[in-house]
Amino acid sequence: MNAFAGKPNAARRAVLIGGGALVFSAALPLRRGRARDLGGVPETGVLVENPANAFSPNAFVRVTPSAAGEAGEIVMVMPNVEMGQGIYTQSVVLIAEELDVDPVNILLEAAPPSDVYMTAALGTEATGGSTSTMSQWDPLRQAGAAAREMLKQAAATRWGCSVDLLKTENGKVLNTKTGQSLFYGEVASEAALLTPPKDVPLRPSSEWKLIGHARHRLDSRIKVEGRCEFGIDVIKPGMKVGTVSACPVMGGRVKSMDRAAALAVPGVCDVLKIDNAVCVVADNYYAAHKGLKALFVQWDEGENAHVDTALIYQQLHDGLNDPKPLVAEKHGDAPKALAGAAKTYEAIYQQPLLAHSPMEPINCALHIRKDGADVWVSTQVPLRARDAVAEIAGLPKESVTLSSQYIGGGFGRRLEHEYVAQAAMFAKQVPYPLKIVWSREEDIQLDRYRPAYVDRVRAGLDEKGDMTSIVFDLVGPAVCARWAPAGMTKEGFDPDLAVAIAPPETPYYYKNFQENYIRRETPGVVTAWWRGVGGTRGLFVIESFMDELALLKNVDPLEWRRRLISHEHPRARGVLDLVAEKSGWGKPLPPGHGRGVCLQFVFGSYMATVATVNLEDPLNIKVVSVDSAVDCGEIVNPDQVIAQIEGGVIFGLGTALFDEITLKNGRVQESNFSTWRIIRMNEAPPVRVHLVQSHEKPGGIGECGTAAIAPAIANAIAAATGRRLRTLPLMKALHSSEGEN
Amino acid sequence: MFSLRNFLFSVAATTVLCAVSGLSARAEGTNSDLVKRGEYLTRMSDCQVCHTAKDGQPFAGGRPFNVKPFGTIYSPNLTPDKETGIGGWTDDQFVKAVREGVSPGWKHLYPAMVYPDYARMTPEDVKAIRAYLATLAPVHKEKPANTGVFGFGPARVTMVFWNLLNGPASSWPDDPKHSANWNRGRFIVEGPGHCQECHSPRTLTMAPSTSNAWAGNVADGWLAYNISSDKQDGLGNWSAEDLTSYLSTGHAPGHGTASGPMAEVISHSLRFLTKEDMAAAIEYIRSLPPRASAAIKAPSSTDQSSVMRGEAMFDGACAGCHLRDGEGRNTPFADLTGDHTARAPDGRNLLLLLKQGSNLETENGSVFMPHFGHGYDDQNVVDMANFVLDHVGKTKAGLTQADLKKFMEEAGE
Amino acid sequence: MIDLRINDQIHSVDVTPDTPLLWVLRDILGMVGTKFGCGIAECGACTVHLDGKAVRACVLPIGAVSGRSVTTIEGVGADPVGKAVQEAWIERDVVQCGYCQPGQIMAATALLKETPHPTDMQIDEALSGNICRCGTYGRIRDAVHAAAERQS
Ligand code: FES
Ligand code: FES
Repeated sequence: MNAFAGKPNAARRAVLIGGGALVFSAALPLRRGRARDLGGVPETGVLVENPANAFSPNAFVRVTPSAAGEAGEIVMVMPNVEMGQGIYTQSVVLIAEELDVDPVNILLEAAPPSDVYMTAALGTEATGGSTSTMSQWDPLRQAGAAAREMLKQAAATRWGCSVDLLKTENGKVLNTKTGQSLFYGEVASEAALLTPPKDVPLRPSSEWKLIGHARHRLDSRIKVEGRCEFGIDVIKPGMKVGTVSACPVMGGRVKSMDRAAALAVPGVCDVLKIDNAVCVVADNYYAAHKGLKALFVQWDEGENAHVDTALIYQQLHDGLNDPKPLVAEKHGDAPKALAGAAKTYEAIYQQPLLAHSPMEPINCALHIRKDGADVWVSTQVPLRARDAVAEIAGLPKESVTLSSQYIGGGFGRRLEHEYVAQAAMFAKQVPYPLKIVWSREEDIQLDRYRPAYVDRVRAGLDEKGDMTSIVFDLVGPAVCARWAPAGMTKEGFDPDLAVAIAPPETPYYYKNFQENYIRRETPGVVTAWWRGVGGTRGLFVIESFMDELALLKNVDPLEWRRRLISHEHPRARGVLDLVAEKSGWGKPLPPGHGRGVCLQFVFGSYMATVATVNLEDPLNIKVVSVDSAVDCGEIVNPDQVIAQIEGGVIFGLGTALFDEITLKNGRVQESNFSTWRIIRMNEAPPVRVHLVQSHEKPGGIGECGTAAIAPAIANAIAAATGRRLRTLPLMKALHSSEGEN
Repeated sequence: MFSLRNFLFSVAATTVLCAVSGLSARAEGTNSDLVKRGEYLTRMSDCQVCHTAKDGQPFAGGRPFNVKPFGTIYSPNLTPDKETGIGGWTDDQFVKAVREGVSPGWKHLYPAMVYPDYARMTPEDVKAIRAYLATLAPVHKEKPANTGVFGFGPARVTMVFWNLLNGPASSWPDDPKHSANWNRGRFIVEGPGHCQECHSPRTLTMAPSTSNAWAGNVADGWLAYNISSDKQDGLGNWSAEDLTSYLSTGHAPGHGTASGPMAEVISHSLRFLTKEDMAAAIEYIRSLPPRASAAIKAPSSTDQSSVMRGEAMFDGACAGCHLRDGEGRNTPFADLTGDHTARAPDGRNLLLLLKQGSNLETENGSVFMPHFGHGYDDQNVVDMANFVLDHVGKTKAGLTQADLKKFMEEAGE
Repeated sequence: MIDLRINDQIHSVDVTPDTPLLWVLRDILGMVGTKFGCGIAECGACTVHLDGKAVRACVLPIGAVSGRSVTTIEGVGADPVGKAVQEAWIERDVVQCGYCQPGQIMAATALLKETPHPTDMQIDEALSGNICRCGTYGRIRDAVHAAAERQS
C-alpha cells in the first residue's frame, strides 16, 4: 500500500578525489532520476546521478563515452543549489558557452558536499548572499573551455591532424578541412587521458551565443508538470515520515509526554525524543501529525520564558544610549562636524524580526546506518549539513553521502543546517530511512529569524541645508559572529551591517561619515541571514533618511540623490536617470497618490526604484506600480535578472507591509499564513524592470529587489500623505500612531 | 477565556487537599456496561470541554473561566490522578459534588459548575460518570490557582445563599401532559445538556432566567443564539431535519456551520447522542415557547472603504475555502450563506470567529477555521468581517476596531 | 479500503477516512507533485481538482472524496486546457523555485475551464488564494492570458 516500497534505491556514491582542476568520478552507475526521452532530446532540469566512467576534465563537466556515431551524455555539475534564482540555467549557460553544446541537451547533477565547490565569498560550499553568478562567472567558463580543448586534442590525435584545424559545435568536434565530425562522447575516453590545460583564453563577449541572451529556464517543464523532486518529495524504500515539535521557548526541554496516546493513533509507529524536541513517526504525515497532537508534550521552558517583543525592542532602543559604541567604519570626523553643524537632523528607525517561510516547509530525509548514512535534503550549505550528520552519527565524513535537492525557496533559511542536525539526532535512533517534515507552524515558530534592529541617524547640515556629516548608530545582533566568525572584523563588527550604508557599498559621497555599532544579541531567538540582511536593513535606513533630508530642504528627492552621488559611482546616476524617465517621475498624479524613490549599490549591482502608491483610503496602502532600473554588469540571462527583481520586490513588499515576528512568554506568536501574512496576487503591483546594458563585472541580483522596496514605499507614503513611517511593518505603523517619532 | 456561561463552575484545588482515602475505580474490575453508560452520560454532560485546557490533555482541567469582574477560576482535573485529580474521592463524594455542588471537606463549589442542572441526573447516573472517568489515564496536573475573589474563602460561603435561591432541584417528575419522548428531551436539554446555561439570559443573581428562557445570551463573549421557537429570532424556521443535521454534524444546509463554543459542544458532546435521544432533545427544543431576542444593535451605515479593503483580503485568505460568494468550496462546512454569524450585524460572533478560529470534530476529522491576527492586524480583521456582512450577509457593515476590542475583552482575551 | 479515482485511474487505499487527500496522494500513492504548504487551506500549494473544481487537498478528508473524480498536477496535462496552461507557464518562464506552481496551475486551469477569457480582475479573484513566496504573480497573470489565447 505504501508507495515508499516502490522506487529503486538511488543512493549516491559519488566520491570526488583531489581538489583543484582534475576530478575523477568513482560513481556507481545508479541514477537519482533518469531524464525522460522527449523524442531524442533529453529532458532538461532533472537531476541525475554521477555517470560511471565519465570523462571528467574538471569538477563541473562530465562526458560519458559513447559508441561510434552516438552522442554521449553530457552532465554538468551544479556548484550552487537551485532555489528559484535560476542558477542551474545560468551555470549551464556559462559552461556551454565555451563548450559549444546546446543547454537543452545537458543533464544536471547537484554538486556533492566538497571543498571543490566552495563559494570563496562565503567560506564554505554555500549558495547565498547573491554571490552565485559573481563567483561562478570565471570558473565555469574556464571549465567549459578546458573540456573543449581536451576534446579537440583527443580528436586531433585520433585524426592525426593539427588541433588548429578543429572547431567545436553543438556537442561535436568538427574538422574544418575534411568535414569529419565526432560526438564528444566518441572521444571522451581518450580525452580523459590528457592533462587539463590551464588558463585557456575565454571567448570575448562579441562571440557569445548564449550569455546575455534571454533563454527559457531548464527546470521549467519538470516544475510545471509536478515532476521536480524537492527535498520534501524524496521517497526511498522503507522510508517513514516523521513530524517534529521542538520546545517553543528557546533553550527549553521536554518535560513529559503521553507516548501511549500517540502510539495509539492508527499509522503511528514510533515516538522519538531528543533533549528539546520530539518526533512522531508514521507511514504518512497526517498520522504523524495526529500522533504529535495526541502526545501532549509538556515543556520545561527554561530561562527565556519571560521574553516578550517589548523587551527586545526595549533593549535595542536602550542600546542607543550605550556610552561606548564600537566605531565600525569612519571617514573624516563626523562627530566633530556634527557638533559644529549649523543644524542637525535625527531620525530613529525600527525593523522587526522576520521569518523566512519559504513555500516548502523545512524537511530532511536521511538514513543512518552503522556503516554510513545517506542524506537527501534541500540545503544551501551541503558541506556543513553533511559534516553535521557525520558528527552526530559518529561516522567518518566520507561515509555520509548527501544529495542536494531542488529547494522550494531558500531566502537564507537553508543557510542554516540546524534542522539537518536535529533530523540526524532522530534518525540515528531508528533503522529505517526517515523523512522529517515540519508543519508550517513549526517552520514559522522555530525559524531562525532575520534580526530586529534599531538605527539612529544624525546628520549635520550647513546653513543651506546641505549635509556636511552623517552618523549612524546601529543596535542589533551580529549574524556573522555565529555563522562565520572568521568574517567578523577584529574589533567585533559584522561587515554585513555596513552594506548599503558605508562606502564603498553606497553610491553616496559623505564628507564626514561614521557608523557606530552597539551589539545586542536578541534574547529568546536565534538570528540568521535572510533575503539580504545588511542590505535590506541598511537601505531602509539610509534611503528613508535621504528622503527626509530632501523634504526638509524642499528639494525633489530624486534630485537630492543625484547631487549626493559620488563621482566613483557614475552607474548610480545612470540607473537613477533611467528610472526617472521610465516611471514618469515628476509627472502629476491623482490625489492621494505619491511616488517614492530608492537608490542603491549593494551586492555589486546598481539599482534605482520608484514605487507609486495610492492612499486615497488612508487606512490602506495600495501599491500601484514599481519601476526598477538595474545595472548589474554583465548579464547571463536578462529575463532571469528581471524575474529576480520582480520576485525580490514582491517578497520584500509583503514583508515591508505586513510582517513582524513577535514573542510572548518566550514563544513566537505567528504560526501560519493566517497570522504570518504573505502578499497575494491581488495585492501585488506590476513590477517593471529596466535593464542597463553593461560590460562591467556581474553583480548579485537575488536580494536587490527585496532591499529596495520598503524604503521606496515608505517614501511614497510620505509623498502621498506627509506621514513618515519609520517603523516596519508599514501597515501596522499606518494603523497605529506609532511608527512616527 | 470562558466567562459567564460558566459562572457555574467548580473549583477543586482546595477540595482535593482535603480528600483522604479514596477508592480507585480504575483498579478493580470495572463493569463495562456501567462504564459505557458513564461515557455516554459524560459526553451528554459535556464534561470534557470545560475540564480541558487549551491544547491540554482531555479532562485534566486547567481551563480558565474569566468571571468579570470577580476574577478567574480554573477547572479542576477530572482524571483519576490521586494527588491532582479525583482519584482519591469516594463515589459519594463525587455524586455530592456533581449534584449538590459540595465537594469533599464541605467546600461549596462556585456555580460555574452546572450542578443545579446535573442534579437532574440520578445518583446512579453520576456514579456511572465516575466509573467512566476512573478508566481514563491519570494525568498529574496541578490546577492553576484561582485569581480575584475566587482565590479566597469568603466567596464560597455566599454560595450557601446562592444555593438557597437558585440551587439544585433534584426531583423533577415527568410532565404527564407531554409524551415520554418530550420528557426525555427535557431531561437531556435542561439536565446534563445544560443548554440554558448559554442560551438563556441571566437573572440578577446570575442564574439562568426562567421568564425569558432560551432567548439567547452572551457566553464567553460569543452570542449563544436564541433557540426558542420564535420564527424571527429563534429556531421557528428550522425543520427537525435541519436541527438534527446541525446538532449531530455541526452543519445544516442553509443554516451554516457551528463555530466557537457551539462547535466544541457538538464536537465533544452532541454528535455522540443516540438517534433517539437526539430526536427527543429536538422535540423538546422545538416546543420551547417563542421569545424575542434582545435587539441586536446594528450600525447605522456601511463603511464602504472597509468593505473594499476586506474584499481584497477575503479573496486571498478566505475564498480558497469559502469561495467569493461564501457558498463554500471544499466542503459544505465552508458554506457561509444562511449562516447566522455572517448576517448578524453586530459582528460579535463573526469577529470572534476570525480572531479565535474554530474547530469542529466530525466523523471525517476536524473541520477548522484558522484564527487571524498579527500580519492581519485588528483593522484588517474588521475589514474582512465587514466584507462578509456586506457581501454574504447582505446587511449593514459598519464594524470598527472598538467593536472588536470590546468583544475580545468580553471573551476574556 | 477506500476507492479513489485519480487522473482516471482507480486506486484503493487503506487509511482512516479523516486522512486528507493531500497525504494520501503524497505519502500513500507517492504522487508528490501536489505540494504541502500550510495544511490549513491558506496557501493553495495543495490545489487539485475534485470533479473539475479547484479544491484544497490538505483539508479534504478522503472520506469525502470517495466516488468523485480527482485530477492532480500529474494528470492535468492530459486535459487540453491544463496542457495549454503548462505550456504557457514554460513560455513565460513563470517558475522560480516552482514549489507553489503545481497549485497555481491547477487553480488557473480550473479558472480557464469556467471562464475561458478571464479579465485581470477575474484572475486575481481566482488565484489570490495561492501564495507564491517567490513573487511570480505578474508572470502568472500573463501566463493565464497567454494560455487563454492558446485556447482560442
Ligand atoms: S497546503 Fe493546502 S492550502 Fe496550503
Ligand atoms: S515559485 Fe517559489 S513559491 Fe512560487
